[in-house]
Amino acid sequence: MTSKLASEQRTSLHFNPSKSATTTSDKVVGAVSHTALTIWSLIVILPLLWTFMSSFKTSSEIFASPFALPSQWRFDNYLRAWSEAGIGSYFLNSVIVVGSALVIVMVLGAMCAYVLARYTFPGSRAIYYLMLAGLTFPIFLAMVPLFFIMKNLGLLNTLPGLILVYVGFALPFTVFFLFSFFKSLPFEIGEAASLDGAGEWRTFFQVMLPMAKPGLASVAIFNFLGLWNQFLIPVAINAAGPRVLSQGLAAFAGQMGYAVDFGALFAAVTVTVVPVLIVYVIFQRQLQGSVSQGTSK
Amino acid sequence: MTPVKTRTSRNDVGPTAVVPESAPPVVRRRRKPLTWDKVSFFGVFLGLPLAIYIVFVISPFAQAFYYSMTDWSGFSSKMNFIGLENYRKIFTDDIFMKALGNNILLVIFLPIITIILSLVLATLVTVGGSSKGQIKGLRNSSFYRVVSFFPYTIPAIAIGIMWGQIYDPSGGLLNGMLTSLGLDQFKSYAWLGDKSTAMIATMFVIVWGFVGFYMVLFVAGIKGIPAETFEAARIDGAGRFRTAVSITIPLIRDNIQTAYIYMGILALDAFVYMAALNPGGGPDNSTLVMAQQLFFTAFTKSQFGLASAMGVVLAIATLIFSGIVFLVNRLTGGDKDVSN
Repeated sequence: MTSKLASEQRTSLHFNPSKSATTTSDKVVGAVSHTALTIWSLIVILPLLWTFMSSFKTSSEIFASPFALPSQWRFDNYLRAWSEAGIGSYFLNSVIVVGSALVIVMVLGAMCAYVLARYTFPGSRAIYYLMLAGLTFPIFLAMVPLFFIMKNLGLLNTLPGLILVYVGFALPFTVFFLFSFFKSLPFEIGEAASLDGAGEWRTFFQVMLPMAKPGLASVAIFNFLGLWNQFLIPVAINAAGPRVLSQGLAAFAGQMGYAVDFGALFAAVTVTVVPVLIVYVIFQRQLQGSVSQGTSK
Repeated sequence: MTPVKTRTSRNDVGPTAVVPESAPPVVRRRRKPLTWDKVSFFGVFLGLPLAIYIVFVISPFAQAFYYSMTDWSGFSSKMNFIGLENYRKIFTDDIFMKALGNNILLVIFLPIITIILSLVLATLVTVGGSSKGQIKGLRNSSFYRVVSFFPYTIPAIAIGIMWGQIYDPSGGLLNGMLTSLGLDQFKSYAWLGDKSTAMIATMFVIVWGFVGFYMVLFVAGIKGIPAETFEAARIDGAGRFRTAVSITIPLIRDNIQTAYIYMGILALDAFVYMAALNPGGGPDNSTLVMAQQLFFTAFTKSQFGLASAMGVVLAIATLIFSGIVFLVNRLTGGDKDVSN
């Protein structure tokens, strides 16, 4: 009897501390953590949900009560935003500009990074520092001269002009990120390719580029977000040209003071937000990975 | 010696092909024969990106410095070199100095608030789990991470417009919530229209937009710390708070420095948020920033020389800020390798 009790005690002595620790202090910490994180998540989600909900309301409904659900789920706000406010065509312009700029900057950036990382030649350091300078100075410094460069080239207020400028300003980031990536690829592979008779072009496009896919994907995601969200460049050099989404949204909100159509404004914001959000939720795993890749240097 | 210099390619016909096998292999060829493959390769791979980069990025930067010393008013080709006159004008201009002051306010508070908040959330997500056994994150932590990242995927202008509506005095979400909690004094309070709250309300919007991004960045950094380090700290008796302060923060110090610089550069710009929330600079210019003043001076008043000088001031402010961050990090021992 006593021996059984003693053994019980011993086992309880052995196991209980960890159990009680999990049930008290850990629970408190866990609860506090969950509460804090839940509060922040609500702060993030509520404005988005409210915007989404308001996009189905009429202006008078919005002003009557900010919380009430729309009396009926009407889509005419979206129709007005899409066609009358021109969000549809802005959206299309954004897709064209960002899509083209993204493809061009990825190809050119990869090429430039590859040459800088893999070949030593006089001036390579200088080019590297030139790229660094482009990353350091604020875009604002360039705006006034850029406006006149675009004007003189006849590219002011045109989509191709916008694409070229996007490519230029996304280039330094792309080159920097891919530079370290190409540096880390083993040199033997390039040598093997050239021994097998591949020229410089083939080595790059058929051997190196496919190997750099993970790096390319990460940079492409960040470039996409950066260019899609770009506001200053289109406003400065494309003020009178075919508008891109961020620019069109600002213009639409700017007129709002005169013609109050808040429902359509909320619809326009929703149209801007939702596609990227959906793409993010689908690809978030890759994106988390690329954030860690981008910062592990 | 880099391997590149000894690389030979099959296409290098000519000297390589005729070198007798008995030739000493130590002879390093400084110059490789230029084949069409090589010339076209370098021309396109280096020349094309560099041409675009120089024309659209580097040359405007360089020209801005020159324009800043002229009285150029745009569309006429006439411009006079006036030295530092523009800079004198800027620094005696009350409105610009007010904008500069607002930028300094932003640069002091934005990075620190954003980083502390995202660091706390990242710590909770990664080491908020059980204190026994394997070091674990919180349950469902990926949900919090994904949700917190949402704002980063939203264009800044959309964030600004959305929050402009949330802050709306009569139909906005914020006042609606406050009044439903019984705080009737907020019934039609204009958060962005009152001098005392416009800046704070604006800062909150920017913090809202970036906390999730830096949280993900810090989570990645913390996950890069080997679990043994945390276990060792725990065996030594360090509690959660102690672990966070003495282990986590020193080990992700580089990430924090990067975040600080990015956030500071953003605070010195802040154009989009200000343009969306208070296009006119806010009550009493309380949210006016240098970038807005620059944009107005250039594209509304067509004083391009003056605007370029403002751009230079902005650039110098950015460089000074980055320098200070590097220096502080260095002086407080950031260059020491704490991981060993």
